Amino acid sequence: MLSEFLQFLFSGVTVGATYALAALGFTLIYNASHVINFAQGEFIMLGGMLTVAGVSAGLPLPVAIALAIAAAAVVGMLVVRFAIQPAKGADVVSLIIITIGVSLVVRGLTQISLGKGTHSFPAFSGSEPLHVLGATLLPQSLWVLGVTAAVVALLGWFFSRTLTGKAILATAYNRLAAQLVGISTNKVLFLSFALSAALGALGGVLVTPITMTSADVGIMLGLKGFVAAVLGGLGNGLGAVVGGLLVGVAEAMAAGYISSAYKDAVPFVMILFLLFFLPRGLFGARVTERV
Amino acid sequence: MNKRMTLKVLAGFVLVLGTGAALAADPIRIGSVLSVTGPAAFLGDPELKTLQMVVERINKSGGVLGRQLELVHYDDATDAAKANGFGKRLIESDKVDILVGGTTTGSTMSMVPLAEKAGIPFVSLAGGVPIIEPVKKWVFKTPHTDRMAAEKVFEDMKKKGISKVGLLSETSGFGASGKKETEAVAGKYGITLVANETYGPKDSDMTAQLTKIKGAPGIQALFVFGLGQGPAIVTKNVAQLGITLPHYESHGVASDEFLKLAGKASEGVRMPSPALLVADKLAASDPIKKVVVAYAKDYKDRYKDDASTFGGYAHDGLMLAVDAIKRAGTTDKEKVREALEATKGFAATTGVYSMSATDHMGLDLSAFRMLEAKNGDWVFAK
Repeated sequence: MLSEFLQFLFSGVTVGATYALAALGFTLIYNASHVINFAQGEFIMLGGMLTVAGVSAGLPLPVAIALAIAAAAVVGMLVVRFAIQPAKGADVVSLIIITIGVSLVVRGLTQISLGKGTHSFPAFSGSEPLHVLGATLLPQSLWVLGVTAAVVALLGWFFSRTLTGKAILATAYNRLAAQLVGISTNKVLFLSFALSAALGALGGVLVTPITMTSADVGIMLGLKGFVAAVLGGLGNGLGAVVGGLLVGVAEAMAAGYISSAYKDAVPFVMILFLLFFLPRGLFGARVTERV
Repeated sequence: MNKRMTLKVLAGFVLVLGTGAALAADPIRIGSVLSVTGPAAFLGDPELKTLQMVVERINKSGGVLGRQLELVHYDDATDAAKANGFGKRLIESDKVDILVGGTTTGSTMSMVPLAEKAGIPFVSLAGGVPIIEPVKKWVFKTPHTDRMAAEKVFEDMKKKGISKVGLLSETSGFGASGKKETEAVAGKYGITLVANETYGPKDSDMTAQLTKIKGAPGIQALFVFGLGQGPAIVTKNVAQLGITLPHYESHGVASDEFLKLAGKASEGVRMPSPALLVADKLAASDPIKKVVVAYAKDYKDRYKDDASTFGGYAHDGLMLAVDAIKRAGTTDKEKVREALEATKGFAATTGVYSMSATDHMGLDLSAFRMLEAKNGDWVFAK
């Protein structure tokens, strides 16, 4: 019984960590621009697919990974330059719709240039499963969890201790005031897209040995990542991670103890209840609006 | 002179210049709606490439009945509603002589009423049973059905004395239909499904479902019904959990890509597959060896990519149509339909087709070969 429970838990945590990484990307861009970037899933896809392309072109794995992450960051900045900026002054909803368009373009271009097939590359530290009390866990899952934890810590430090990080937060809080104190909100927008693209790509690289990758993996990861981000309270880094893990574990437990047929409904039911009772998410700010 | 006048005059010239020659040069139009993009792109893409390649080859060697073939194709982006629209366009404005296409069962079924109403022969490339059951006058199909895949697997299990099976199926159209057919034919082979779980086509971890299946009482084998990357992840998860049950897959994984993705974990996996996957290993006496080897080689030469069994379905669909037109000696739709239905012992890449008024697919279980993954390659299962 215990070993079964542990297996479900490991399964949930592994999947949840990938959702968490996707959710973190949503959070970053939301903080800087209040835009929900539905192209976030495509950045994750780009990380995996570009690494695969690099490896098959003969590059060593670490070099391919670094290039893929850098390329995704550049794509993130191109998105700002050619899709977000030209629509300056448009309201947030329009910008969100633009990001959906961006995701279609990125996915289509990838399909044309890198093909429609499914790919993978070897896990970083072998694929021999680790045995824990009768349950098994892949070493790559530990990589995903470890890097996610490191990224959260780094982001926490970045936002609270560096001037650039604080500038991003200030822009999120009040764009006009931030401009008045000399923050280039334009730069902040570029930076946050590049950062979240790089972050998404990193996540894509980490999960590829477990989940494999293809030009259309971004859709599902983006959707579940969004659920995780909302669950944790949009705009909260720690909340994104907790939300991701919660969604993953809830799915695995539902598949294990109820029926796998209901698995995909679980996160969406969760979010319905959450929006009823805690509309700002688990870790969202408790704000009372003055009337 | 307005445009319409010009056209009329031109048409007049053509008529005067020689009615016979003009008619002979009139191409046979083959209409096709395929899912070249969207989720079923990995099926539709090789299908389109195959059709283009075969049409070119036939035209180079003089065409059919002295006429060239012309392929008119549209991409439905794996959307059945779009397939219906394109089907209408092919029939009404492109005025094609025969339809070869319909990558998915959904796309096919959305075009079936059009073909039936217009009275135009339609050879589908999709797997679902509903396409040919009940038999529709104008509709034929080339791939085996998912029911046959389940039957082939159960036949093999029965031989090995396996009777308690855990089923893990995908929630995609392919997997859901496979699940339904598997449940329907299990009893016929004395098989009990002791576990019946599902996973989503884009799921990235199935260890929860597998842990549950592993614990099912008396379980003797695992049967996975899915397509693309899902089964590869399942196979890796099976290895991770140390499950040693005999592992069967459906023909949805009939590709070398599956072996590449699942890696070492694929060792010992068994599945029913069209012969294309093991073309070079077929016995020389096999009636389809020549066709399969030639198709695989042509495809590889032309596209620098391995031929897939899905492209094979397109090859067979087109060749069946061409064969029927040849035997009918005309493109008259009713005569071509009759010729299609009278197809007997036609060797193609998937198997030997013999159609009848009650069977519009014309394949039996022998068209499936039981294969086993050994050292990163597919070999005939013993």
